[in-house]
Amino acid sequence: MIEVSQLRKSYGTQEVLAGVDLSIDRGESAVIIGGSGCGKSVLLRHIIGLIQPDSGDVKIDGESIVELNERQLIKVRRKFGMLFQGAALFDSLTVEENVGFLLDREQTLSRAEIKKTVAEALELVDLAGTQDKKPAELSGGMRKRVGLARAIVYKPEIIVYDEPTTGLDPVVSDSIDQLVIKMRDQLNCTSIVVTHDTRSMRRVGNHVMMLHHGVIHANGKPDEIFNSTDPIVHKFVNGIADPKDLEF
Amino acid sequence: MANTADNPIKEALASLARLTYLFWEAMGSIIAKRFRMRDLVEQIHFIGVKSQSVVLLTGAFTGMVMCAQFYIQFHKVKMDSAVMSVVSVAMCRELGAVLTALMVSGRVGAAMAAQLGTMKVTEQIDALRTLATHPTDYLVAPRLLATLIALPLLTAEAIALGMVSGMIVAVYLLGLDPVFLWTNMVFYTWSEDVLMGLIKAFIFAGIIATVSCYKGMNCGQGAEGVGRATTQAVVTSSIIILISNFFVTLILNKILIYSD
Repeated sequence: MIEVSQLRKSYGTQEVLAGVDLSIDRGESAVIIGGSGCGKSVLLRHIIGLIQPDSGDVKIDGESIVELNERQLIKVRRKFGMLFQGAALFDSLTVEENVGFLLDREQTLSRAEIKKTVAEALELVDLAGTQDKKPAELSGGMRKRVGLARAIVYKPEIIVYDEPTTGLDPVVSDSIDQLVIKMRDQLNCTSIVVTHDTRSMRRVGNHVMMLHHGVIHANGKPDEIFNSTDPIVHKFVNGIADPKDLEF
Repeated sequence: MANTADNPIKEALASLARLTYLFWEAMGSIIAKRFRMRDLVEQIHFIGVKSQSVVLLTGAFTGMVMCAQFYIQFHKVKMDSAVMSVVSVAMCRELGAVLTALMVSGRVGAAMAAQLGTMKVTEQIDALRTLATHPTDYLVAPRLLATLIALPLLTAEAIALGMVSGMIVAVYLLGLDPVFLWTNMVFYTWSEDVLMGLIKAFIFAGIIATVSCYKGMNCGQGAEGVGRATTQAVVTSSIIILISNFFVTLILNKILIYSD
């Protein structure tokens, strides 16, 4: 279970998170939506301990992680798999080395077992046979799939997705969404998806939170969010621009 | 945390503290053997083997030019046969270590900062952290240890080649007697002189690797940030090498040369 309470973070004079409270249960597929630059990725990074908050708390399975140092966080992060917005593949390594990175570091499996596990993970994301390619040889969608394979290969309890469909065409976006659902159902893990793609939100989420002005502005099931009469939520999910923003 | 950005002195001290912390953290990682041997070997190959041409040229031409310069002065006082002893001691105690370190800082330090800086801006360092891997263990420790191993060896090579090339210039170009040159060189070059150069190389290695990794891992955003980090890595390493060289010289003179 993930609990975030009164989380605050500022960069200079800009307050990005202004007291975020949220709770995500085990096995849930939570989606955090919000406009570009509203702090969704910053919130996600706090949840996985990549950023220290100015104040507030983040608890993973009841354990507060905000006071932990980098080495103590390693143990907590082992529970997570993360798909980065730009995939963040290690460009000096092959696809196989990228996907098998943690397994190779932990040295609990033999080389043959790692190869087999990596091949299975790549199969799961429909990228069988790409083991020897370098990230530079892959398309954007393929990179995201490799990133996903790297995030799931060691069967984490929680998978976090940072804008998994951003920059991809609708067909590839749909295939990534299907993969997110497949991971959730096959691995039975908790998913947290950060996105501003409302179609994606509807497909993958069963709990949606909308971040607005540094706080969780709306919280509910996808249909509740879509049918919300709150003007901010309504504008966002229906993609309606504020008339003020249209003045050039 | 107090904002130090508006006070350059505080910012410099804070950077120094973070740099020192990174060094000790990496040393802890090395002692605890948290790095992979494969990464260490790769780094030794990159730092040691691929720097050969740069370092050998530096050593050779430094020895040659010093021989040519010292000869002019020594010839005036009829001490031609002492030329190589001065070249040798200068190479051992100062020039071998300092020039090798500066050249390696330019080649290897810049590459380290650029590699790590690119990893930082493309979120690869964050990806490492999410894969339960401490960036210091994976990135800094093998680079630091490889530099600590490779730089003293490169320095020893530069010193040796400086002596050999100096001898060649003295004998074949300046027409000096090789027996006198060799005898004086061996007589006046003490093991303490060689040791001083190697100790300096070891210290400079720590400076180059730590500063370069620190600058890369803390670089700003985008290509501009990586470019600035790369420049800063070379400039900062070089300045620290030159300044620390003075103090290290004073300390080592006290310990090695005047201890008798």
